[in-house]
Amino acid sequence: MQLDQLYQEIILDHYKHPQGRGLREPFAAGVHHVNPTCGDEITLRVALDGRTLSDISYDGSGCSISQASASVLHELLRGRTIDEALRVHTAFAELMGGKGQVVPDEEVLGDAVAFAGVAKYPARVKCALLSWMALKDAVAQAVALEKEEV
Amino acid sequence: MTTLTIPAGMPQYDDKPRFDVERVRADFPILDREVNGHPLVYLDSGNTSQKPRQVIDAISAYYAEHNANVARSVHTLGTESTEAYEGARAKVAAFIGATSPDEVVFTKNATEALNLVAHAFGPHADDPRFRLGPGDEIVISEMEHHSNIVPWQLLCARTGATLRWFGITESGRLDESNLEELVNERTKIVSIVHASNVLGTVNATARITARVRQVGALLLLDCSQSVPHLPMNVVDYDVDFIAFTGHKMLGPTGIGVLWGRQALLDAMPPFLGGGSMIETVRLTGSTFLPAPARFEAGTPPIAQAVGLGAAVDYLSAIGMDAIQWHEKELTAYALDALATVPDLRIYGPNVPVGRGGTISFTLGGIHPHDVGQVLDSLGVQVRVGHHCARPICDRFSVPALTRASFYLYTTTEEVDALVRGLDQVRKVFA
Repeated sequence: MQLDQLYQEIILDHYKHPQGRGLREPFAAGVHHVNPTCGDEITLRVALDGRTLSDISYDGSGCSISQASASVLHELLRGRTIDEALRVHTAFAELMGGKGQVVPDEEVLGDAVAFAGVAKYPARVKCALLSWMALKDAVAQAVALEKEEV
Repeated sequence: MTTLTIPAGMPQYDDKPRFDVERVRADFPILDREVNGHPLVYLDSGNTSQKPRQVIDAISAYYAEHNANVARSVHTLGTESTEAYEGARAKVAAFIGATSPDEVVFTKNATEALNLVAHAFGPHADDPRFRLGPGDEIVISEMEHHSNIVPWQLLCARTGATLRWFGITESGRLDESNLEELVNERTKIVSIVHASNVLGTVNATARITARVRQVGALLLLDCSQSVPHLPMNVVDYDVDFIAFTGHKMLGPTGIGVLWGRQALLDAMPPFLGGGSMIETVRLTGSTFLPAPARFEAGTPPIAQAVGLGAAVDYLSAIGMDAIQWHEKELTAYALDALATVPDLRIYGPNVPVGRGGTISFTLGGIHPHDVGQVLDSLGVQVRVGHHCARPICDRFSVPALTRASFYLYTTTEEVDALVRGLDQVRKVFA
């Protein structure tokens, strides 16, 4: 195996210098997700300004892949609309589920293309997806809450 | 090489039972393979052991030459299968010093064995020893594998009984300081691990046994991590039940063992219902066979039992004393070697006394997943995570651990490969 394919510089950079880490207020919805097989955890909050994700704040513990993935997610999706964010989410989920056969679109995925190598390691895919699944859940909850209030 | 002379009167080198590790390794085909371009360094035997040619061949020969269902056929193959299956039971019984093969119940794994005992308890049990309700207590420990926690939690939820536990000391030993209070007249069963799958601790059971006898409770030892590694005699240990699994002791997956005192097994209700466990079945009601058949509903793991029997033969031929000594020397070597790695902290006893060859550690702030991934790239296979023993991680406030676990085929060179690999991990995440 080529270890540097998995641990690309971008991933190690985000791991050592996480972007936007820490839980912030106000927020529209917050979720806590765990990966039961390894104990990785993330608490993630989304703040909405209309249809825009005005903030994504998070805190958690876990391996370099899971932590770097949360940092990339923050950088990539904060300030985007919900629809845009979900499109990127879909692209990322496809990349992770592609067993290394999917060629990532850097236009859409930005730094998240660095995770292409992770897709070849089934045991680590869940690490990379942890924060992304939490985001999807948080956005769904935020939208549902908004509808209730209307 | 320096010649060391051991003074007369001291235990001599040859007094210790020994075996040739290289000859043992030659029996394990998988140890010849490479992983990621490096020779395999398998340090995950606490998870599952590798299998010698003798076990693989026994299973293969059973299917090729004798295969039939057991305990119901009059034909020749059925008779041969039954003899092979019951022969394996007798081998296992002898291996653990049981007084009769009828005390050995085959299950699918240790987890099922533990659940089987838990299910014998209830508010309406015929035998008072298994009658359980509000006010009664079950004692486990903070050191347990989830399989010796969850069945008891479920039992307490069903019956209203209370679950209590021994703590763990800072050095990774069972904290027996409150034994008298913890195990008391309300205690129905104490179910604790013999050797920890995380800390490596081998628990001394004598004081606990004495207290359990004093209050008239039952004692179950989870021996999943001890029976494969040290000589076990259920009579000497004076326990009521032990549970262990085949795949951690050179046998195949799919077979575990519950050993119980005959009188207790006979007093327990059936666990799973079905064929092979009944005396007569009428639509108005059924009666059941005595143990062990009572607890073995349906077609049992026949080939797996044959494989386990071959594993027991293999281990016995080398000698459990010799295996225990080999692992003790290896553990002493590994504890010293790991102490040279900067930022490495061992969780569990840091001396090779009262512990087995399972060593869990953290490496600075580097997550065990990352440690395991880099080690894998070097062919070194270790376990990472919470090892199905989350309460231990909570006890020591760590989210996860990296674990190296040894067996009879492990060498000091493999320990060296681990230490070199850990240096590489530190370089990647520096």
